[in-house]
Amino acid sequence: MPLLEIKNLHVKIDGKEILKSLDLTVNAGEVHAIMGPNGSGKSTLAYVLAGKAGYEPTSGEVKFDGKNIFDMTPDERAAAGLFLAFQYPLEIPGVATMTFLRTALNAQRKKRGEAELSTPEFIKRVREAAGKLNIDQDMLRRAVNVGFSGGEKKRNEILQMALLEPRLAVLDETDSGLDIDALKIVADGVNRLRALQRAFVVITHYQRLLSYIVPDIVHVLSGGRIVKTGGKELALELEARGYAEYQEEAVE
Amino acid sequence: MPAVQETVDQVRRIDVDQYKYGFETLIESDKAPKGLSEDTVRFISAKKNEPDWMLAWRLDAYKRWLTMREPKWAKVDYGPIDYQNIYYYAAPKKAPASLDDIDPEILRTYEKLGIPLREREALLGIRKTDGQNSEDGGAEPAGGNGYGRVAVDAVFDSVSVATTFKAELAKAGVLFMPISEAVHEHPDLVKKYLGSVVPVSDNFFATLNSAVFSDGSFVYVPPGVRCPMELSTYFRINERNTGQFERTLIIADKGSYVSYLEGCTAPVRDENQLHAAVVELIALDDAEIKYSTIQNWYPGDANGKGGIYNFVTKRGDCRGRGAKISWTQLETGSAITWKYPSCILRGDNSRGEFYSIAISNGYQQVDSGTKMLHLGKNTTSRIISKGIAAGHSNNTYRGLVTSHRRATGARNFTNCDSLLIGDQCGAHTVPYIETKNSSTVFEHEATTSKISEEMLFYCRQRGLSAEEATALVVNGFVKDVLQQLPMEFAVEAQKLISVSLEGSVG
Amino acid sequence: MKTAAEAALAEAFAAARDRLPGDDAVAAQRDAAFGLFAKEGLPHRRVEEWKYTDLRALMREAKPLAPPPDAAAKARAKAAGALLGDVETRRLVFVDGAFVAELSDLAHLEEGLTVDSLADALSDNDPVLTRHLGKLAPANNVAVALNTALMGDGAVIRIAAGATIERPLHLLFVASAKPDASFVRSLVVVERGARAMVIESHEGPAGSDYQVNAALELFVGDEAHVDHVKIVGEGADALHVSTLAAAIGAHARFNAFSFIAGGAVVRNQLFLKFDGEGVVAGIRGATLLNGRQHADTTLVADHVAADCQSREVFKAVLDNEAHGVFQGRIIVRRHAQKTDAKMMTQALLLSERAEADNKPELEIFADDVQCGHGATSGAIDDELKFYLLARGIPAAEAEALLIQAFLGEAIEGIEHAGLREALLEAVAAWLKARK
Repeated sequence: MPLLEIKNLHVKIDGKEILKSLDLTVNAGEVHAIMGPNGSGKSTLAYVLAGKAGYEPTSGEVKFDGKNIFDMTPDERAAAGLFLAFQYPLEIPGVATMTFLRTALNAQRKKRGEAELSTPEFIKRVREAAGKLNIDQDMLRRAVNVGFSGGEKKRNEILQMALLEPRLAVLDETDSGLDIDALKIVADGVNRLRALQRAFVVITHYQRLLSYIVPDIVHVLSGGRIVKTGGKELALELEARGYAEYQEEAVE
Repeated sequence: MPAVQETVDQVRRIDVDQYKYGFETLIESDKAPKGLSEDTVRFISAKKNEPDWMLAWRLDAYKRWLTMREPKWAKVDYGPIDYQNIYYYAAPKKAPASLDDIDPEILRTYEKLGIPLREREALLGIRKTDGQNSEDGGAEPAGGNGYGRVAVDAVFDSVSVATTFKAELAKAGVLFMPISEAVHEHPDLVKKYLGSVVPVSDNFFATLNSAVFSDGSFVYVPPGVRCPMELSTYFRINERNTGQFERTLIIADKGSYVSYLEGCTAPVRDENQLHAAVVELIALDDAEIKYSTIQNWYPGDANGKGGIYNFVTKRGDCRGRGAKISWTQLETGSAITWKYPSCILRGDNSRGEFYSIAISNGYQQVDSGTKMLHLGKNTTSRIISKGIAAGHSNNTYRGLVTSHRRATGARNFTNCDSLLIGDQCGAHTVPYIETKNSSTVFEHEATTSKISEEMLFYCRQRGLSAEEATALVVNGFVKDVLQQLPMEFAVEAQKLISVSLEGSVG
Repeated sequence: MKTAAEAALAEAFAAARDRLPGDDAVAAQRDAAFGLFAKEGLPHRRVEEWKYTDLRALMREAKPLAPPPDAAAKARAKAAGALLGDVETRRLVFVDGAFVAELSDLAHLEEGLTVDSLADALSDNDPVLTRHLGKLAPANNVAVALNTALMGDGAVIRIAAGATIERPLHLLFVASAKPDASFVRSLVVVERGARAMVIESHEGPAGSDYQVNAALELFVGDEAHVDHVKIVGEGADALHVSTLAAAIGAHARFNAFSFIAGGAVVRNQLFLKFDGEGVVAGIRGATLLNGRQHADTTLVADHVAADCQSREVFKAVLDNEAHGVFQGRIIVRRHAQKTDAKMMTQALLLSERAEADNKPELEIFADDVQCGHGATSGAIDDELKFYLLARGIPAAEAEALLIQAFLGEAIEGIEHAGLREALLEAVAAWLKARK
């Protein structure tokens, strides 16, 4: 059984059809890249998977681990192992990053019927993961993403991913706004988590990130559907030739 | 369904079941005849065996009260109060002589509230709290005995039933006792300070209190003494149709420090009950008083039936140079709240602070805020107010900041933020900013917005339920104020916020 | 117990009632309005909306209603309006509250523009009055009630749908030397998609304690673009109470500016209702007070419809023993979702004995809103001043520069370049006179 199976997905936002008959199958252990021009529906796909209000499908189905995700609330999807690294991570004033991490982790464990982590065990895990991402203690004490630089916010997303150990991670333009050093740190963070039972969907506009997170399969999303699928070489091809030919194909 | 909508629905379902303090304790009590007259005042005074001067003071208040009218300027709406249909005095029949004599029912009541009255239990609590030391500021749930060393004065209806740690406090020279006792034991102090901050005829409710106040706490901290532990009073209205009129008087003598906390709960009743307290604080030269309140009176049911009318006058007087008074309040209860803890900044270089979280839900109406009266030179004040309105409630911040002509160098900073949850509630901000000299600098800012859908979604993507996400975001919103509460109570406060908003018992 | 002023107003109304213009319906309106005054009396400090402007105490006597202006008064009025001398406007001149056609510019009215005097419109039973007069001004406001009861003259202006009136309409109210009272009431109806600017200015001689009660009801149609400017340049002893009541239609643009520099006692009331969706409004004001002047600006911005944006900026500079008051309330009604309203009020105290009272309020009943207000009061920033001194600018000049910059934030919001310049010059002149 595939980990994620999207069939004939249609999504309208404010009356405008953004995703048109999208199909995608992701198996455990795979890394998929979804590339496409601006406005092709990449972020919409990410939000639909995570269950953002206003991003409901008009038709089609999405199964995560065999279960219909549209029957699940956003937090149920998260507890089931679906993680979205936001393109624009939200700032939550007054809530310490540490508190946020623990609340999220324990909420998920509770939903899965697992025991809460003890405080020392939790702190150990956070320190370990944070160290690898160059996140210092001070950042963890500060409120979630408040006053964080763009790079810090993205690293914080990867830290959350590392702690929450999802089965499927959707990375929405995680490379945007990152300089090359930050990009390497983030990519290393992702690569460390690559595992047989885990899959990634990496959404990006540029090939750059894919030099560091090497995908198994590359899809081109244009005009709300997948217009081409290939191996990692497809990303290089796109980098060289741009999206123009696919955009024309998408025009109806 | 969007997260906010779910939360709103949750909130709508709130009813009496969610108020976990709504139990009633069945004990025999001794009441004054219903209604208010000169005889009632005499009855209360006689019950307390009061000296003549105290009775005269009460009768004077009663006569003035007869000529006064209920204030109507607040943004609250309630039916007429029948002052003759209230019991002004109710006391448990078995009067306790010591902690061991307290009616076990009352002890059980306080246990249910999580308040240890027996010193031994409280002491056990210390070891437990000392053992817990969490890394991130502590979201560890603390049980009833998770308190540190806190001396408690428990007021049940009209009388104080127990005061703990009296002996140990006495060693430090700190007087902590029911005000009814202080009238007898320290008449000079009471005479000197009672009514000196809130005059007898200050306002309708304060005057009523002056006539019929039954009990409350009295604290005196001698010069240079730092009170060795938190002082706390727990107020409980138990009897039906009973008003509670407690009176608190705290004096911090030169260079002393005291931190005091009051908590309040009441059983679920379908009629409205009146609570009209008066709190007076006096800080002399370089003294500091920190006064915290966790107010959780019964707010009424889902349809707005029942609940406490909370009409309270709290005022602190920074009477000496460099004195400091800080009010922190977490208001989650009461059907109607009418409350403005204030600071008179009389001494040069004195400082006043007001930190407030007011959460309203169901059909609650809150009109609360503060007054900072800058009279002395180089006085400073700070106001941080966080209002959260949900359900069908209305939540108003009302505050006055004023500088006298001679109050050169006065400074105030005010920040009032309101958060709306749902589209049936209202949040209002009514500041009065009066500047009467040019060396004053007053700054005020206020915002009103809705709880952010985006933020809630982000939290839910990380696995938090709608209620958990709301509670987390709200706790973040109120963080600046929460931090002002004594550590011992911060956890309780955080849980209370979640409960008030979620509609599910934590 | 009635005060002398209250008794005098009652007498004045009784005496004038039968000769005031208008048909029976208008007479009934006057009676009802006066009834409110008779019941409430002059507002005093215990009336919340008048907390800082106790009219009962500030208005010791009520002046007699001004008789029609004589030739000498009219002649003197020719020199009025100097402040806007360089601004090309269409003047409509009122002397002691009465419209003076021969001083007004009624030639070549633009297409779509209709101008009448209120006295004529009342006498003619103009149907525009039945539809609009008294529909916006809050009936429970005693100052408005007195105006409704005693209104004698004013302007009635209509602008047809789609018309663009390039020349600002300037309602110039001049008081003659006599210490009388005038009650002027104007009505401006701007229809859908039209564009216009209306300036009201008030002036009079120093040394006369005359009284002015002016009210203007303004209807802004959907998609119209209207600017309203009020200049209070009354004589130093005058008492001035004026009211702007406006309803703004969907997708309209609306700007209002209040410039207050004259008068002994001034109460400037604005009642704005954002009736249609998508309004963009800028409400601003600058107040400069000296001596023992008292000026109160009271604003209610009522967001009734969704998606409106309003910005309120009010600045006051207070010298000597002047008393500046600003009360501003933003209301957002239950269905006015997506309202974006921000208010700022700032007072600069130039003297130890000046006083500033600010009461910015938010009253919010809809949840999906972004609303806020800020208020500051204090003296000129010493550090800024020192910075200028360190650059070699003399103290007085440095102060003047900082004051101009402070007021500039509000004045710069005026779109009409000529008017903006005129007001900046007025500020410069005020600063010069201060030294």
